[in-house]
Amino acid sequence: MMGNYDLIIIGAGPAGLSASIYASRYKLNHLVLGVSPGGQMGEIYEIENYPGFPSISGRELIEKFLEHSKKFGAEIRNESVVKIKKNETGLFEVETSFGIYQAQALIMAMGAVYRKMNIPGEKEYTGKGVSYCATCDAIFFKGKTVSVVGGGNSTVVVALELADFAKKVYLIHRGEKMSAEPAWLEKLNNLKNLEILKDNEVLEIKGKEKVEKIILTKPFNDKVSLSVDGVFIEVGTDPGVELAKKIGVETDEQNYIKVNADMSTNIAGIFGAGDITNGSNKFRQVLSACAEGALAAVGTYKMLKLK
Amino acid sequence: MTHQNFWHVLKSKKAMENVFTDQNFDQEVLGSEKPVVVDFWAPWCGPCQMMGPIVSQLAKDLGNDVKVGKLNVDENPQMAQKFSVMSIPTIIIFKAGAVKEQLVGVQDLDSLKNVLNKIK
Repeated sequence: MMGNYDLIIIGAGPAGLSASIYASRYKLNHLVLGVSPGGQMGEIYEIENYPGFPSISGRELIEKFLEHSKKFGAEIRNESVVKIKKNETGLFEVETSFGIYQAQALIMAMGAVYRKMNIPGEKEYTGKGVSYCATCDAIFFKGKTVSVVGGGNSTVVVALELADFAKKVYLIHRGEKMSAEPAWLEKLNNLKNLEILKDNEVLEIKGKEKVEKIILTKPFNDKVSLSVDGVFIEVGTDPGVELAKKIGVETDEQNYIKVNADMSTNIAGIFGAGDITNGSNKFRQVLSACAEGALAAVGTYKMLKLK
Repeated sequence: MTHQNFWHVLKSKKAMENVFTDQNFDQEVLGSEKPVVVDFWAPWCGPCQMMGPIVSQLAKDLGNDVKVGKLNVDENPQMAQKFSVMSIPTIIIFKAGAVKEQLVGVQDLDSLKNVLNKIK
């Protein structure tokens, strides 16, 4: 056993780090376990809707979050949780590849994972032109032609990012209207090297050693085949609930952890926060994740100290 | 604070792994007598941060039999291009100067060890 805490926060994105800041303020002895500090936020090229920062990169904002939580004494470990169980004494045991930690309460803030398209060629060419992280991989597509698939805010931000690197960007959206904020959509219209293919879908990704083209459901410039060097898939996320489900945390029909107003779950001592929950009308913003993290920390405090 | 030293707040232990570059790659990797694990990464890549501690642990656990190290693709674009790395993190395992395995995306410690056991 490597330490006994009031609270263990699993996940070090906006929800987890906000929970940590509030936990520190409420003097909860806590540990943050996160595989990727910042979580999905670290991959956001530009954030323009977080108050106080008219425009900031996800990376810079995490840096501030980390600094802030560290300043108040957060212990953050870059470790991946493999197992959670409740022991005979009622404490939660959280196992990582590096050790086992125990705590009276848990906040699950593991965020979400990328949704795949499940089309031919997607798996085969992952890492050979197919990417789910533009921030990681944009550098490999300098001066090349790429496509981005999706229609939400993240799709648009990725398209804007790629337009800074690539010679040409095709944004492929299956509907007529995109769900992204109009403020983002406006920015797209100003780009000379970006073209939007609406009401169209990618059927297949083809190539030899690496991606060479995609096959569309409807012709574009009279052809269903479109030559590209890269395919960036941004078709949404699914909650990362595997660990939560294993210990019996209840989820909704879309697999989001069901939370109450104080972010508690069906299991006493387990709270949820951020993109993993069905809270905040599933808005999945940095802002709403932070708010849920704060609520979960206070919920934990009330449960542990005011009972 | 630049993003190069951005993650310093989380690094507590001294790194066990080697640092490979475009310059030392031929000698350190291709010329190595032991099998070599190369982690292609960049500081701005979130998923690469997940690999960091796993690679360090691998170096600690298998350091006697295997050479383990990291290559920053931003500072060393030649090797990334040479081995067709188009997504990071990518792990490439070399033996006697040849590519034995190329793994894309975050790998866990146990599966990396399994792959290495088959190669050794």
